[in-house]
Amino acid sequence: MPQKEFINGDKMSDTTDTGPVLAADGRPLKRSLNRALRRQKLRALGLIAPLLIFVLVTFIAPIADMLFRSVENQIVSNTLPGTVQQLETWDATSGEAPGEAVYEALYYDLFLASEAKEHTRLGTRLNYEETGISSLFRSSGRKVDDVGEDYIDALEDLNEAWEDEAFWYSLMSGGEDAAKNSGLLDEERERLSGLTGDDYSADIGFVPGQDISQLLPNTARAYSSFALFTVIEDEDVVAEEEPWEAVKIALVQDIKRGADMSGYEGFGAEELRAAQDMLQGQPDIAFKEAFLDIDEDWGATDNWRTMQVYSPPFTAGYFLNAIDMQNGLDGPEARPENQQIYIMLFKRTLFMSLVIMGSCILLAYPVSYLLSNLPMRSANLLMILVLLPFWTSLLVRTSAWKVMLQQQGVINDTLVWLGLVDDASRLVMINNQFGTIVAMTHILLPFMILPMYSVMSTIPPSYVRAARSLGATNWTSFWRVYFPQSVPGIGAGSILVFILAIGYYITPEIVGGTTGTFISNRIAYHISSSLNWGLAAALGSILLAAVLILYWAYDKIVGIDNVKLG
Amino acid sequence: MADSANRDAFVEFERVQKSYDGETLVVKDLNLSMPKGEFLTMLGPSGSGKTTCLMMLAGFETATHGKIMLDGVSINNIPPHKRGIGMVFQNYALFPHMTVAENLSFPLEVRKIGKSDREAKVKRALDMVQMGDFGGRRPAQLSGGQQQRIALARALVFEPELVLMDEPLGALDKQLREHMQFEITNLAHELGITTVYVTHDQTEALTMSDRVAVFDDGRIQQLAPPDELYESPDNSFVAQFIGENNTLEGTIKEIKGETCIVELDDGEIIDAKPVNISKVGERTTISIRPERVEVNTAKLGEDAHTLKAEVAEFIYMGDVFRTRLKVAGKDDFIIKTRNSADQERLKPGQQVEIGWLPQDCRALDAV
Repeated sequence: MPQKEFINGDKMSDTTDTGPVLAADGRPLKRSLNRALRRQKLRALGLIAPLLIFVLVTFIAPIADMLFRSVENQIVSNTLPGTVQQLETWDATSGEAPGEAVYEALYYDLFLASEAKEHTRLGTRLNYEETGISSLFRSSGRKVDDVGEDYIDALEDLNEAWEDEAFWYSLMSGGEDAAKNSGLLDEERERLSGLTGDDYSADIGFVPGQDISQLLPNTARAYSSFALFTVIEDEDVVAEEEPWEAVKIALVQDIKRGADMSGYEGFGAEELRAAQDMLQGQPDIAFKEAFLDIDEDWGATDNWRTMQVYSPPFTAGYFLNAIDMQNGLDGPEARPENQQIYIMLFKRTLFMSLVIMGSCILLAYPVSYLLSNLPMRSANLLMILVLLPFWTSLLVRTSAWKVMLQQQGVINDTLVWLGLVDDASRLVMINNQFGTIVAMTHILLPFMILPMYSVMSTIPPSYVRAARSLGATNWTSFWRVYFPQSVPGIGAGSILVFILAIGYYITPEIVGGTTGTFISNRIAYHISSSLNWGLAAALGSILLAAVLILYWAYDKIVGIDNVKLG
Repeated sequence: MADSANRDAFVEFERVQKSYDGETLVVKDLNLSMPKGEFLTMLGPSGSGKTTCLMMLAGFETATHGKIMLDGVSINNIPPHKRGIGMVFQNYALFPHMTVAENLSFPLEVRKIGKSDREAKVKRALDMVQMGDFGGRRPAQLSGGQQQRIALARALVFEPELVLMDEPLGALDKQLREHMQFEITNLAHELGITTVYVTHDQTEALTMSDRVAVFDDGRIQQLAPPDELYESPDNSFVAQFIGENNTLEGTIKEIKGETCIVELDDGEIIDAKPVNISKVGERTTISIRPERVEVNTAKLGEDAHTLKAEVAEFIYMGDVFRTRLKVAGKDDFIIKTRNSADQERLKPGQQVEIGWLPQDCRALDAV
């Protein structure tokens, strides 16, 4: 009892039974502590900030962008928005080409795309999936201007006003005081910037009139595109340029679809009525026929199916391609045998990386053992020899292997001179798997030796001595006592070498020939030669995933805590 | 001849020399023989060659010259794992990737002992060091003292006749060390094993051993039981190295049987026991233990020589008083007196007369 009274009577400011612990100045201790630590944290953040920003900007962001490309596919819906929409209802299994509406939508889309010169990009993209589409788009882009020529001629013969820039401008803008339809213009702004990637937000000195865009919706839309393109891309004035053929075709279509002119009293009403009278008796424009005339491949269902399959903004197509599959009629299916390459390359990359890792372990273990058991002076000298390759250019080392291993090279010459190999049957040791494995084992060896050495040098010699004094033979004391303790070094070296090997590029490129190249060489090919960045990104993503899975498996089996770099 | 003289010797070093670099000898002409069941400690400053001797006995170093015999057989060419010698290492060298039980089982496994037999022996060894419940732990999960016990158990589990210990208690704190000293000696005597123990801690050597070999400069300076070593050191090095010691330098004046008279450098005369001096006129270092110095000279005989001294410092240490005196021109002469009821406490500056029995003062070789 007295003791308890003493405690209660003792005025200790920093401990109370109920409330939070208070600091000397009466504020909660936790808050005071946080305040005190905040400066330190800011300082630490300030110290790492330059590197953090550098890594984020130059490394993380590009990689994220690259990975995004592996599924991104907005080019189809950006370039052919109308066509994609019309294609939705088409049944690819019917075996027939799509109907007139699709071709009409294709006409407007392709016309705009070829004006913007974006149709070849789409062709290239779709060509990855279906060979031949690229040339189809390229040739059609040139000829799409000629579709419906007769109608345009007839219109212009009827009244020269249809050739007059100012007339068109006044007709479409509906005069200065008319109600404007800026919503339509904004839609077109969005569409064009999606198509070209440029900024279309500037003022172009034209807004379609409200009345005319209700009367002639397609024409107003086409003219708006034309106007935007003329000002932003060509840097001309709308009122001084004659509209595209597509605008006139749109007018023909609008009129033929029975635009109700009776209530229209705005600019050009007279000309429009005359045109309507003239066009009433004419047959409809045959878009499908026109396209088939340009190229009969426009009738091939395979091409249309490809466009339909790849119309969504995101696609698994690149990934399917990366594992030798494609989107077929009934979902994903294997590619034809003669087009399969990537699975084989992945397998080869894994296999060769494992072989390289294995030979590095075999070669590095005795060296590291020796290094860690030598006196300091000799160990340092030997270490310099190990590190010497690091001071030589990678290209020089790889090329040196070429000199060594080629058929007229040093090793073959020596073997022939010794009479071990016949001059006629010199060994093929370069431009194949053997060459890649030899050169890469040599190049990656230091990455195995260094972690092994640093782990082994921490194993005190007394362990092996203890084992021997306990009755173990040299081999038993090595295998049961020394080796288990060196495993973390092997693990660290193996992870390092394997991960470096799996993404290696230069050496397989130089000494790999055709049978010794890695998946990374294929990725480089798609990045720099075929420009199929989506596929390159998909291959890269798979490689990254494979490394992460292996790393995870290693962690599960061996435990990442057991990896020591020293 | 030597063979017949040491017929009952279990461990024997015969004129053993060791050099690492071919230029200097680390061990010079080592001769040592140990009977079975003895607890022998090799004591010496670092670099004196004691650990090298142990390593040669264990087989990790080869003798440059000479013979090492175990139970009458030369073991110079027998590899360590066939010598059957248990060893406790300085940092225990418990295998970190094995559990305690696996560590203990290791020497039995390599001897191809059956599983059930192995388990029984491991259990017995663990119980012997009172660590029966720790079989499943890893060495890293044990305290230093516990690791020490396991290392001991591992060295004993395969029932070797000879156990070597290389400064096994060096890493423990004082209290635990004293406790383990006691346990190790008890165990060694109980099991009747022959033990060679290396240490640089003289207290450890004195309290644990049957005999102590004091090493210096690659030679055994003295090999004797602890009491003899302390009370009758053979030479100045041993006298200085073991325990606290006062030295005074002088010249032999007269030798008569068991005593001699020494004239100190400042002309004073003192009695001593001649140990390793041969003739009159020789330089000598006389050595006397602080607790054998008598302040009350009346207790000594009539004809005893005494010295004048001045008290320089008085230190109260509880059980004893430690007094520093100025004697014969030196001011580092220490005396220890028991804190008994009638003991006078000297004051600095006080003039006293000191003396000792001639047999407590040893005339040794001049340093």
